[in-house]
Amino acid sequence: MLEVKDLHVTVEGKEILKGLSLTVNPGEVHAIMGPNGAGKSTLSAVIAGNEGYEVTSGSITFEGQDVLEMEIEERAQAGLLLGFQYPVEIPGVKNVYLLKAALNAQRAARGEGEMPAPEFMKLVREKLAYMKMDPSFLQRAVNEGFSGGEKKRNEILQMLVLQPKLAMLDEIDSGLDIDAMKVVAEGVNSLRDSERAILMVTHYQRLLDYIEPDYVHVLVDGRIVKSGDKTLALELESRGYEWVTEESAA
Amino acid sequence: MATEEMEQLVRREYTQGFVTDIESETVPPGLDESVIAFISQKKGEPEWMLEWRLDAYQQWLKMKAPSWAHLNYPPIDYQAISYFSAPKSKDDAPKSLDEVDPKLLETYEKLGIPLHERAALAGVAVDAVFDSVSVTTTFKEKLGEAGVIFCSISEAIRDYPELIKQYLGTVVPKADNYFAALNSAVFTDGSFVYVPEGVTCPMELSTYFRINAANTGQFERTLIICEKQAQVSYLEGCTAPMRDENQLHAAVVELVALEDAYIKYSTVQNWYPGDEEGRGGIYNFVTKRADCRGDRSKVSWTQVETGSAITWKYPSCVLRGKDSVGEFYSVAVTNGRQQADTGTKMIHIGEGTKSTIVSKGIAAGNSEQAYRGLVKIGPRAKGARNFTQCDSLLIGDRCGAHTFPYQEIGNSSATVEHEATTSKIGEDQLFYCRQRGISEEDAVNMIVNGFCKDVFQELPMEFAVEAEALLNVTLEGAVG
Repeated sequence: MLEVKDLHVTVEGKEILKGLSLTVNPGEVHAIMGPNGAGKSTLSAVIAGNEGYEVTSGSITFEGQDVLEMEIEERAQAGLLLGFQYPVEIPGVKNVYLLKAALNAQRAARGEGEMPAPEFMKLVREKLAYMKMDPSFLQRAVNEGFSGGEKKRNEILQMLVLQPKLAMLDEIDSGLDIDAMKVVAEGVNSLRDSERAILMVTHYQRLLDYIEPDYVHVLVDGRIVKSGDKTLALELESRGYEWVTEESAA
Repeated sequence: MATEEMEQLVRREYTQGFVTDIESETVPPGLDESVIAFISQKKGEPEWMLEWRLDAYQQWLKMKAPSWAHLNYPPIDYQAISYFSAPKSKDDAPKSLDEVDPKLLETYEKLGIPLHERAALAGVAVDAVFDSVSVTTTFKEKLGEAGVIFCSISEAIRDYPELIKQYLGTVVPKADNYFAALNSAVFTDGSFVYVPEGVTCPMELSTYFRINAANTGQFERTLIICEKQAQVSYLEGCTAPMRDENQLHAAVVELVALEDAYIKYSTVQNWYPGDEEGRGGIYNFVTKRADCRGDRSKVSWTQVETGSAITWKYPSCVLRGKDSVGEFYSVAVTNGRQQADTGTKMIHIGEGTKSTIVSKGIAAGNSEQAYRGLVKIGPRAKGARNFTQCDSLLIGDRCGAHTFPYQEIGNSSATVEHEATTSKIGEDQLFYCRQRGISEEDAVNMIVNGFCKDVFQELPMEFAVEAEALLNVTLEGAVG
């Protein structure tokens, strides 16, 4: 589904990713862990198309398409969606309007017509309830004045409405208390099926108690230095990252 | 987003640019008393009107063009402008649409305004101004039944001289300002509305102004009078063909609201803004003022300004009557090299007068925009209130937005509130929207429309839809 090969990425002349390779298949959940500054967020940002990053070599393909040749919105329309670590505030634009515009843009890209308003509202209300969000959220401006937890829930709400093929979650657990984390994790888990995949970037093992990954990758200094199953995350939790770094250097 | 890309996107073509070839009867460029006499004679005006014009002209000669606005343009050569241009068909004025020059109708079609259909469908009476002469007026009968007079100002001068003598120039005096004085001397057409006591006008009144002859300035004069307990909603919308030369437009609009009267005046202005370098756009110097003479009278100005190379415009309310109300809702959008200096004046004279100002400015490309607003509370305006909200939205980093709020409070019992914000459409906002699958243009439109919604909801329904579409066209590719 997603194939990242020998990816090199620089930001303002500094190389952040130094030959990263990763394969994600449908139905899989991957967690990327690693110390601060290892390039975890860079990976998902580059896949999403953030223009602040320059890909100097390597390739990214998604379902056979060259992702690096696609516009940002084309990537989203193809089913690559990023849950932001810091969701952006858009004053004046109601949440419900963003959701509707996004859903209809994605439908249009698939050659489908706009979703009729009653059907859309039914869908959104159902997902809102799932995320334990009050319907008044829909009428509020996108992320404006939202608490950290509300913003993260809102990211997952968008995922539930838009149903991406590959959901990328950038530190979706940061700033969440345990109750909010459970709600967010439940939302993410509801996306799991044999057709979809999830790529999580996280700092802490704690999230993985709620969203169990099939694979855990350790990203150190721009490369994946170790991959394993969820037990690797537990090992990282107890031993830290240093031993992996040393092991890979040896 | 990279600057080059942005620049590429900012280039857009004016989609309503074309010239219709209709034989015009035009005086040679230049202005003197004989030109004014020619205009007056062409219009079949009485002697007193000519004298009124000549007096305005004499005063104009002694005046200087204002220079205080945040605008930059070369001096205008008033002798290079032709002051009268009328379509030939005017002399044997058409009685119905069938008699109208088919090319004219074609022009409206191109503008997306199939006059006959639109008027009939929307129930809107249209007094279409094309090159300074009213070509057709619809629904006159229905208005007549209600006792509402809706006609061109020229007709009103001939047919209702008493009303004209009583009201013309009483809200905006002849020598009010440089452009108003010029207008008073040479105005060629415009609309006249009179709503008798107790009558609510049975339909929205609408006039579409077009400018279509090279080098012809348009000097519209509009006068709306609402008697006691009368109500009217007037809609004014403008587009213009693409031209090479700058075209001067100096209109005067006067509104008179008597006791308990309500006038709602809505404008969507989409004149040619000039090319990428700002060449050839319309200069729009307009004086719009309402006189709330009667107690509890109310005037509401709503404007969506997207066009013109230069806009100089401050629709104002003089709140004379006790408990009278003035409102100003404005969206101004500038792109390319457009310059706009716009805002309002709320002059509180009577007791308990209230005013509301909501101004939304959107600047993109290399454009410059200023909000200039005066709230003046007189000594007798006990308990007067004003609320002002003034927001600016910048798109890209080569445009500017400025706010000049003036307050003159002559009364300690008054309440005056002012709120202002400036924000920018950020790359992070665009990235966020695009990452949800929304195209960049749609994202900009979504953000801009969200920003303007407080004003759009003040527009009559059919206008709100048009305004939103117009904004999207104006900002096409204006991303940064």
